[in-house]
Amino acid sequence: MKLNDEEKAMLAGEMGPAKQWAIDHQMKVGRVFDAEDLVPVSQAHMMCDPEAAGEAGAAFLEGLADKGARVAVPTITDPRGVDLTHYMPLGQTEEMAALQRRLIDANTRMGILSTDTCINYQTIMPPVRGEHVAYGDTGVVIYSNSACGARSNFEGGPSALAAGLTGRTPRYGFHLDANRRATRRFRVSEQPKGLTDWGLLGAVAGKTAGSYWAVPVIEGLEVTPTSDEMKHLGAAMASYGSTALFHLAGITPEAQKLADVGGEALPVEHLDQDMMNAMRSRFGARGDKPDVVVFAAPQLSIVEMSQVAALCEGRRFKVPLFACTAPQVYPDAVRMGFVEKIEAAGGKVLVGTCFYQQFAREIGEANGWTRLLSNSAKIVNILGGYGYQPALASMEDCVASAEAGEIL
Amino acid sequence: MKVLKCHVGIGQKVEAEALVAKDNFSARYDLDRIKGVFSRPDHALAGQSYDGRILVFDTAKGGVASAWMLHEMKGRGIAPAAILFNRANTILAQGAALADMTMCDRFEDGDVTDLIRTGDRIVVDPEAGEVTILNRD
Repeated sequence: MKLNDEEKAMLAGEMGPAKQWAIDHQMKVGRVFDAEDLVPVSQAHMMCDPEAAGEAGAAFLEGLADKGARVAVPTITDPRGVDLTHYMPLGQTEEMAALQRRLIDANTRMGILSTDTCINYQTIMPPVRGEHVAYGDTGVVIYSNSACGARSNFEGGPSALAAGLTGRTPRYGFHLDANRRATRRFRVSEQPKGLTDWGLLGAVAGKTAGSYWAVPVIEGLEVTPTSDEMKHLGAAMASYGSTALFHLAGITPEAQKLADVGGEALPVEHLDQDMMNAMRSRFGARGDKPDVVVFAAPQLSIVEMSQVAALCEGRRFKVPLFACTAPQVYPDAVRMGFVEKIEAAGGKVLVGTCFYQQFAREIGEANGWTRLLSNSAKIVNILGGYGYQPALASMEDCVASAEAGEIL
Repeated sequence: MKVLKCHVGIGQKVEAEALVAKDNFSARYDLDRIKGVFSRPDHALAGQSYDGRILVFDTAKGGVASAWMLHEMKGRGIAPAAILFNRANTILAQGAALADMTMCDRFEDGDVTDLIRTGDRIVVDPEAGEVTILNRD
């Protein structure tokens, strides 16, 4: 990889041991992906929940902080694993909370902003077209690449941190024009209605594309998704397919025409009703008794909070219901009375967490939760591996089912 | 011995027994990392132990968590010896770089999940971009 003088100084340790670790890490990764050089990034977004990072991750971050590590560009965090104002009732332990506090402390010492959000493109600072960033949440990356036209690979926690420290990232993958052209052309026949449908379309497209390096272009949409719908479309596609970039012909910025991304030369593959129904049928069905209802993955925007709150009004839940939102959204949701409405019905709003990233296996076992109901196509995919039997329904049906005690 | 060529990878040279699946891999979605087994019911290796094995898959899937998790698994001493893919994604490569876990991908002779079989004794040399199957001619 070609390094400039400043980068060579980093690698030689002249700018401290933290930057030296960071650029050495970037060179190892860059070599695997044949990066020719490093590209400056304007922001980094770091995933480091305690379940993923663990004791080893906390010790690693503390070691860097002790060595005087300091981020060079704004570096923000993905959801934390413990809402420190509400963890004992979930069956989370003091050990989990202690690990969370260590991570926050180490990150803060490095100048990292503990934003604890996976919807930074709705709440913090959405990237602009062509902006190179180092984002570390698949839902954030796919939204930023696809809806915003920004440029990021999936940067895991360590690599996002390395980018924060050096202000650069290896130039490979979706930083390069050539990799942003469509490789699969999907045509839809069913028009999505509501967040869950958009999530299902993302799930089918992701499962069909099936690789980080595949770039689907989707045509046949007669409706333009809202930001929340795009969020569920992308989060599900990334979850089922490891997909990092998609185009919607005539909608997303790089595909104003199908031809802009090379889509007209690709064979048409139909994402038909059978495929959508097959995806729907993988999850629990009407009549099942859910143990817990969850709105998360991604965190709820203020608009989703208002919708959930309106649906909760006047109800009384038999089944525990959780809504996870960003710390940036929460104060508004309190001020506008949404939190009160959700909690008066027996629900609970969790702040800065996202259910699957908060020791989902342990809290499921502690509370006897197996059957989980959600409107998120992403979370029902993930939690199958965590000992849950997930079911998928619309936001309206999730709330009504929490009251009825069975899936309606 | 049979030698397979692949792209230059990450980590140290290792020797161990292969565990192969025509499936994909995510440390977050597929594993019970405390028990050291594949826990996702519909994963091709459900119930099997990965500790000390060289895992061979088609590609990586899912979230960014695997980047920390390889490091965390290695820190607790229950981890694969190496992971081979037809095509890695960025997260697994980044995770391998942090954890100093051996990882290679892009094999010249075809589908690595066909070339290597479960139970094969293999040596992975990421610097050279070579995987040697010791028990094959």
